Amino acid sequence: MKTYAYDLLINDKRIDGRAMEEYRKIGIKRGIIHNAEGSAVCTIGSTKIIAGVKMETGTPFADTPDEGNLVVNAEFTPMSSPDFEAGPPGEDATELARIVDRGIRESETVDFKKLCIKPGEKVWMMNVDLHIINHDGNLIDCAFLAAMSALADTKIPKLQDEKTIMRGVYESKLELRHNPAEVTVCKVAEKFVLDPDKEEEEALEAKLTIAVREDDTICALQKQGSKDVSMDDIKHMVEIAIAKTKELRKLLK
Amino acid sequence: MGKTNDNLIVDGKRLDGRAFYEMRPITMRINAVENADGSAQVAFGNTEAIVAVYGPRKLFPRFLQENDRGIMRYRYNMAPFSCTDRIRPGNSRRGIEISKTSRLAFEPAAFLDDFPTTVVDVFTEILQADGSTRVTGINAASMAMAVAGVPMRDLVAACSVGKIQGQLIVDLNGIEDNNSEADVAVAMMPTKDRLTLLQMDGVLTKDELFTLLDKARENCMRIYDMQKAAIKNSFKQNPDAEAAVEADKGEMQ
Repeated sequence: MKTYAYDLLINDKRIDGRAMEEYRKIGIKRGIIHNAEGSAVCTIGSTKIIAGVKMETGTPFADTPDEGNLVVNAEFTPMSSPDFEAGPPGEDATELARIVDRGIRESETVDFKKLCIKPGEKVWMMNVDLHIINHDGNLIDCAFLAAMSALADTKIPKLQDEKTIMRGVYESKLELRHNPAEVTVCKVAEKFVLDPDKEEEEALEAKLTIAVREDDTICALQKQGSKDVSMDDIKHMVEIAIAKTKELRKLLK
Repeated sequence: MGKTNDNLIVDGKRLDGRAFYEMRPITMRINAVENADGSAQVAFGNTEAIVAVYGPRKLFPRFLQENDRGIMRYRYNMAPFSCTDRIRPGNSRRGIEISKTSRLAFEPAAFLDDFPTTVVDVFTEILQADGSTRVTGINAASMAMAVAGVPMRDLVAACSVGKIQGQLIVDLNGIEDNNSEADVAVAMMPTKDRLTLLQMDGVLTKDELFTLLDKARENCMRIYDMQKAAIKNSFKQNPDAEAAVEADKGEMQ
């Protein structure tokens, strides 16, 4: 849409005076929900997302009898934006959850074999729930930082016996093997921009979310937005993401 | 299908005897659903998709109508019998996400602005799944839309590329998909050389990704030629029908 934000962006300018590849102030705080096995809140500017990890026991999938499982869910709460309504997760919430899920899963950050309690019978099922508290753009990057921070905070509960989980008593910390980060590179006209706020987001034409591991390998990609891009655009966006994830990763330490 | 520890590459060939950069046999057919405005059926090896397109047609309920453009609805669905394990009918998170990304693969191509207050409905059913289902669906949908007379900037052609056991490959089948180190789905407007869909799971270096994207572009061009040929052929007089007419004439004399 050709708005005020659009007119600024095509001239390398932004509403709040930031550089094109500059993020708003990022804040991360872990361990904010005592009843969750792991939790964190992440803010990027006024976008705010809380991530909580709950662990339950369940039966493993038939083709992976010795591996636990992880599911990411996202809730676009109606409080977070006038555009969101209560109800089951829509298309955008489902997509966000699956992009975050993919970044965590495909980077092999969690060793699912270590979440096995009894092969073929009982494994840990991890639920990472993302609660959008305030939506001011760039939900995916914020959600990924929140999810990774919550996982870094996660402790595996003790089991009293085969059936009962001792809530609040912990066996060990969840081990994370990698440190991936996700960056969504946005395109408007021929310009590339990072971390758009909500007003800028409405002016965007295409987006590419890129998950990058600390060894600079790429572990997930997803193109969004209703305009097409060229092969060179993709290459350029990947380069921007690799450079930027180095910066974001420091926040996850 | 599931996970396997078996070798996926034997004597420099893939399990189904293909070379690394070889696609499976492809069949394409127009007019697979009588009632639809346009329809197509496409098979990549054992993966088979049937697509029906209705529209542009008036959109109801009216509050969904857009006064300055038409909208597109895209449904990707797997038939319950399409996999080794039965697929439970109804919406899945995977289905919702694929439906959205597939729709966005067509939005840059279709001139929806020319059809205010209407909808183009695209229904994709995966009849048999053996890897690369979303791209097979997109290839069929592209042809169905063309036959339905939806004006498009270009046909959309799609293919999958990926990596198994350290080797870069194209057109993943089911077992390769389930055991891949990375899989990438790409959709393009081939003659415009523009990407409209890009999704990736797994781990790749930047160079591997760019190599695969070039392979994907080559294959999309090939698929595009086949799509075009199949559409053109469907408008030729059917030789069987001509023969039947001739035979009837003979009997009457």
